[in-house]
Amino acid sequence: MKKFHSIHLKRPSAIFSATRLLVVAGALMILAGCGGSGTGDSKESQRVDLLGAGASFPAPLVTAMADEYRDHTDGHITVNYQSIGSGGGIRQFIEQTIMFGMSEAFLSDDIMKDVENKTGGKAFNMPITLADVVATYNVPGLEKGVVFDAHLLVDIYMGKVTRWDDPKIAALNPDKVFPNMAITVVHRSDGSGTTNIWTSYFSRVSDQWKEQIGYATSVNWPVGVGGNGNEGVAGAVMNTPGAIGYNSLSYAFLNDMSYGYIKNASGNIIKPSFEATTKAADIDLPEDTRVLFTNTPAEYGYPIAGFAWMMVYENLEKNNAIETKQQARELLRFLLWTITDGQELCEGLGYARLPQAAIDRNLNMIRQIKWEGEPLGEEILKEENLI
Amino acid sequence: MQSDLLKRPLPVIYRWLGDKIFLTVVVLLGLTIIFLALSMAWVLYKEGSLAIHQFGVIGFLKGSVWDPGVQYVFGALPFIFGTMVTSIGALAIAFFPAIAIAIFMAEYAPSWLSKIIENLVHLIAAIPSVVVGIWGIFVFAPWMRETVYLPVVNFATEHYPSLLPVLGSPIGYGMTTATIILALMIIPFTTALTRDAIDKVPREQREAAWALGATRWEVIRMAVIPYARGGIMAGTMLSFGRAIGETMAVAMLIGNKNNFPFSIFGPAATMPSVIINEFREAVGNMHLSSLMAIGLALFAISLIVNLVAAYISRKLSITGGQAI
Amino acid sequence: MIKPVKSLKQRNLRDRVMESLLVFSTILVMAPLLIIIGYVVVQGASAINADFFIHELGSPARAMQGRPTGLVHSILGTAVVDFLALIIAIPVGLGAGVMLSEYPDHKLNPMLRIINDTLNGMPAILKGLLAFALIVKPMGTFSGLAGGVALAFVMIPIIARSTESALMSIPWTIREAGLAIGLPRWRVVLSTVMPAAKTGLVTGFLIAFARAAGEAAPLLFTSFGNNYLPNHWTGMIMGPVDTLPQRLYSLAISPYKEWHAMGWAAGIVLLAFVITLFITARMLTKEKKY
Repeated sequence: MKKFHSIHLKRPSAIFSATRLLVVAGALMILAGCGGSGTGDSKESQRVDLLGAGASFPAPLVTAMADEYRDHTDGHITVNYQSIGSGGGIRQFIEQTIMFGMSEAFLSDDIMKDVENKTGGKAFNMPITLADVVATYNVPGLEKGVVFDAHLLVDIYMGKVTRWDDPKIAALNPDKVFPNMAITVVHRSDGSGTTNIWTSYFSRVSDQWKEQIGYATSVNWPVGVGGNGNEGVAGAVMNTPGAIGYNSLSYAFLNDMSYGYIKNASGNIIKPSFEATTKAADIDLPEDTRVLFTNTPAEYGYPIAGFAWMMVYENLEKNNAIETKQQARELLRFLLWTITDGQELCEGLGYARLPQAAIDRNLNMIRQIKWEGEPLGEEILKEENLI
Repeated sequence: MQSDLLKRPLPVIYRWLGDKIFLTVVVLLGLTIIFLALSMAWVLYKEGSLAIHQFGVIGFLKGSVWDPGVQYVFGALPFIFGTMVTSIGALAIAFFPAIAIAIFMAEYAPSWLSKIIENLVHLIAAIPSVVVGIWGIFVFAPWMRETVYLPVVNFATEHYPSLLPVLGSPIGYGMTTATIILALMIIPFTTALTRDAIDKVPREQREAAWALGATRWEVIRMAVIPYARGGIMAGTMLSFGRAIGETMAVAMLIGNKNNFPFSIFGPAATMPSVIINEFREAVGNMHLSSLMAIGLALFAISLIVNLVAAYISRKLSITGGQAI
Repeated sequence: MIKPVKSLKQRNLRDRVMESLLVFSTILVMAPLLIIIGYVVVQGASAINADFFIHELGSPARAMQGRPTGLVHSILGTAVVDFLALIIAIPVGLGAGVMLSEYPDHKLNPMLRIINDTLNGMPAILKGLLAFALIVKPMGTFSGLAGGVALAFVMIPIIARSTESALMSIPWTIREAGLAIGLPRWRVVLSTVMPAAKTGLVTGFLIAFARAAGEAAPLLFTSFGNNYLPNHWTGMIMGPVDTLPQRLYSLAISPYKEWHAMGWAAGIVLLAFVITLFITARMLTKEKKY
């Protein structure tokens, strides 16, 4: 019975899509007939393709936003987001091959200065969502909830704590019994924003880590085995008794992995959650939001978290990837939508919402964005009655 | 049409100029290929020159640290090593079976079977690398982990713990997995080239051996293989070149570990795999340039391998080099 | 060193042993290769459905929530990029092939032959890097055109080689006959030699096409990828487009089960496409040998 029901539901949508495809194909042919002359204000010209690329962690959210936004605009605006890694997002943003980049690391001062010299305007880093990383482990007989603190994790990842029955672990978990088992450290083998947040947490709490290994999307790990992608790490952890690794929270949720609670800088033991992640960003945000808040001072914030930023130029016309004002306008509209209505999608997909402070900073930045000197951002905010 | 042509006297312009233009166009198109090869070398050199100047040619090739994070030092040795070990390993696995299939096809199998096998070999050679890769990720690597790596590692843990670092972590994605997949991928290629070489052996050569009363195997060993030797060696060289450049399946299965030490089961990286993994992701100019420099090294190695193959097929074959 | 003469029995035994060894290793090697095809067919067949051919990919959430997704954009993108490649590669490959076979005494020929073979042996990823430097960088954006050029670099040496051997298989007497009735050389080549070698030429195109159609490595940083069909038709050529091999790669390394299934489906489509091309080529070759 149920089966029939689902088939019945699916059919019309398939037919609908087939017709839509025919319509699209027809439109393609008409456009092909028109050649390049279709730049007037006909209806077709309002169709705009936007191109973004970058971090893989927020990719499921951004692509879901793109899906939703396409429906929201009756298929007029297509946002193509390719997940190529945070480094790729920054690189292609600088090379101006994409309209917006995304990254879990904000642009460095050097790059900001470079952009200012080249385009006469700033590069804006706008937080779209929050990334959180949890310590996942596979210890027979132990569920989630083993408590770690920063120094313990650093010691484990430096190879100083090598067994689960180490007194340092026991000291933080007085009510648990640990087996006499070797710890297998698992890390990402590919470049990843998750690694960036994880290692930046270590760098903040340990000078030794900061000097010897540092933080980046991929680092020279002192110990451990590599897994490719969130999945590779999860696979290695789940298949190896005694393993510890790190994954984004939503990934650990989805795959039902055991994950640790973290004692934060204020001494509170924090269970990872979207609320705790949002709280972590509850700090004095600078105007340009370029801040790392791993090891957050927020009292009940989860300490291994950071923003995922969308990067755009202040002077949009200077970006070679953006050719028309129309594209610039639609890019800004999409941007605005992601930080307002788009945020509704976050929790369903396993992401933490932006705190209000970050949204305010974003609105402020959008307001400054221009197209050939015209205050395009301000226009759009006025259209939406946000100022 | 012919009668038309015969009736009409052909203007000199049509003949002379026509031929000139045709030759020019054809030569220009031919030169395009030469231009392409040269521009490939030039582009790789130009884009990689930043890294080459920074570390020096020898320094870059010998450098064993690939650290885009803190030290910002790049060395190609791990990738050259990874490429060489996987390719030579794959060739070692593939060589005899490939030749065996070719001989079986050419000398033993009845012609209907031989035709089927030949078509299958060509068909298999046409499987795209990514398709082999997806099979490797979801079927082969997990299978290897469960049936080979884990038992071996468990055995070693109990009896020879000192071997563990050599064996490496049994996550399934690693050097051995990649080598075996690579071997599977070059077998059809080697087989086809070997078959071509064997087909070039003149019938008289075989008949002479038969006439001496040789058994079938003796005919193959004494008359066929020595004659086809040049072609087989050249084909093997070309297969080796294939293995070196194979990208997608290896990148999907080797586990991508950019620094020494590599281990037998554990992850490693090759030159193509590091380019495919990091090219879109590299931020720094030096990082990008180093990837291009690895491309240049890959170019140089492929060039040498191909030239050697051409040389062998010319020198070693009795026919004087029309084997492939 | 003189080998001791073995008895006939020994020699026959040895013959038998070698034969069974050969059979054994043939089976041993063909088996896993057939298993690969079998897996792709079985897994792909169970993952493929009508949605696959009429919907675009969109976000992973679409697949996880069971909404219809597919790879229509990748299939169309592959068609566009591959045909672009073919359009670019055929004139160059054909020209070089004609030069090699019709002007055998040309001074550049030995060099061209070696360089062409070397180019053919170069890893496809390097051809992608070249297309990146020649097209993507000056154009300032990833595009279907760049992908087409990268694949053309893969096709060109194959076409040049196959054109040469197809034209060589036409006897010289045909050319001499043409020249004797007063045709200029170019007319001889274009109107008699090439039509006579038509099947061989087309076979070469098909084989080059099949080779290039399966390549993913050069496309990752040239045609880049797209989750949708572009809104404007020019977007297929001037903007980033999706192709099956490259999408198959990203689906396979993604962390979603639903996308893995779609990867298998993409695998069977790609395999079917390549094998069809390939079988057509083989059948044409057979036809030629009447």
